[in-house]
Amino acid sequence: MGYRVGLDAMSMSAQIGFRDVTLGYDRHPAVHHLNGEVATGALLAVVGPNGAGKSTLFRGVVGILKPLSGGIEIGGLDHRDIAYLPQTVDIDRSFPISVYDFVGTGLWRATGFFGGMGKLAREKIAHALAAVGLNGFENRAIGTLSGGQMQRMLFARVLLQDARLIVLDEPFNAIDAKTSADLLDLVRHWHAEQRTVLAALHDMELVRANFPETLLLARGEVAWGDTAEVLTAENLLEARRMCEAFDDSAAACAVDDAPSRAA
Amino acid sequence: MIHDALIAPFTEFEFMRRALAAAIALSLGGAPIGVFLMLRRMSLVGDAMAHAILPGAAIGFLLSGLNLFAMTTGGLIAGFAVAILAGVVARSTGLKEDASLATFYLVSLALGVTIVSIKGTNIDLLHVLFGNILAMDDPTLLVIASNATITLLVLAVIYRPLVIESVDPVFLRTVSRAGAPSHLLFLALVVINLVNGFQALGTLLAVGLMILPAGIARFWSRDITGMICIAVASAIVSGYAGLVLSFQTKVPSGPAIILVAAVIYVGSVLFGSVGGLFRQLFPGRHLEA
Repeated sequence: MGYRVGLDAMSMSAQIGFRDVTLGYDRHPAVHHLNGEVATGALLAVVGPNGAGKSTLFRGVVGILKPLSGGIEIGGLDHRDIAYLPQTVDIDRSFPISVYDFVGTGLWRATGFFGGMGKLAREKIAHALAAVGLNGFENRAIGTLSGGQMQRMLFARVLLQDARLIVLDEPFNAIDAKTSADLLDLVRHWHAEQRTVLAALHDMELVRANFPETLLLARGEVAWGDTAEVLTAENLLEARRMCEAFDDSAAACAVDDAPSRAA
Repeated sequence: MIHDALIAPFTEFEFMRRALAAAIALSLGGAPIGVFLMLRRMSLVGDAMAHAILPGAAIGFLLSGLNLFAMTTGGLIAGFAVAILAGVVARSTGLKEDASLATFYLVSLALGVTIVSIKGTNIDLLHVLFGNILAMDDPTLLVIASNATITLLVLAVIYRPLVIESVDPVFLRTVSRAGAPSHLLFLALVVINLVNGFQALGTLLAVGLMILPAGIARFWSRDITGMICIAVASAIVSGYAGLVLSFQTKVPSGPAIILVAAVIYVGSVLFGSVGGLFRQLFPGRHLEA
């Protein structure tokens, strides 16, 4: 398969390289011996059943979770230059901060501790709020937003982070059709700007319609490639089967140098 | 008449002027810290820290009697030790910060009371526990003022990471490494202000001039800048009114200050414009949109 390479140096056009990476918690792998590369500018959907390791994989990519073994290369990027939208956002909604200030935190890498919010920054924030359809919400406290508006606000912050690599963990969960269509437009726009976008998704129709490349994950890779070839009934069944076979009292992994799915 | 009651105590007695200056300095440093403690849901952490500084202050007391410098230094050391140990334990293990703090501060409190009673009398213990804002000498006043200045400067530096970490900790973790240092610096500021208040209000009430104004501010403002301003203002008002009350009625000064703050707090709970009870009972007709 074209997306797989060996353990040699990462090809020039790759943004992310998974090098036999195993990620997990308390020695239990959640992502097991994953190999492969994500090309720069790719729009990659990561799909798989609950517990397949999608969120874990993303936590590994953005550097919150250290691999148990193997490694993840991110093409010379600093981890702090990745825009990451986690699945369960741990936001204190009762905190007294306005939508405007919250979205403005997306400029942290540019402003830091003391950098002023100049005219340019204010324009950027206004533009980002307009792009997600939140004009007029500038002075609202974040606690007054609905679920969909909250997600729009988070996308505005991602927009301001202006990152080469964007990682979205189930960004369209519990969001109505209109909102997800709007936000999907943003994702397509990022793709057009040659940014690399990874998104964990459950809606197969949405993936088929919008994402050229898909990784089907079930702890290990089930299939990775063109979306149409990956999302077959056979592969999806295989993914479900692999996730069920989780053993809590497993012994230490003997497969060290072999590829993840030898069988 | 009004002049006699409200202003004369300060024009006639130098110790009252010193006490007022101390109260204002404590308000300027402590109230903003209190607002952050409240917003980070750490109000009780402040209380715990107040107990944690006791053994250090007690050792200072044991070594050099009722010397405020020695007690301050000891308190700072003990407070930092507990704050940093608890912070490190919480960040490197799964244990929540409040749980690890609770352990450390209980041990500290027990140690502190033990040390004080080895050497001191009950009067000493009372002084350590409740402080005495009416006995401010120049060096003490200077220490309090410098600590308040340091607090405001450091708070300005770590303001953004503190706010971001309070709202969305995962985001701050992904874009910056400033989270952990800012948090530790913030805990250090908490300790500094507790030791500060400790000389004036004593271990048990020092945290009062931080937390009560913050609670008051929550009922009057929806944004953090407004909260900090209101908290500082209500702390200063409590300090002033508490001193007057204490002067006129012989109520001990520390408790008088906290009681005035408590009265303002009750008023705010009842009539506050943001979520006050009265406002909730009679919200007015709902709006068009």
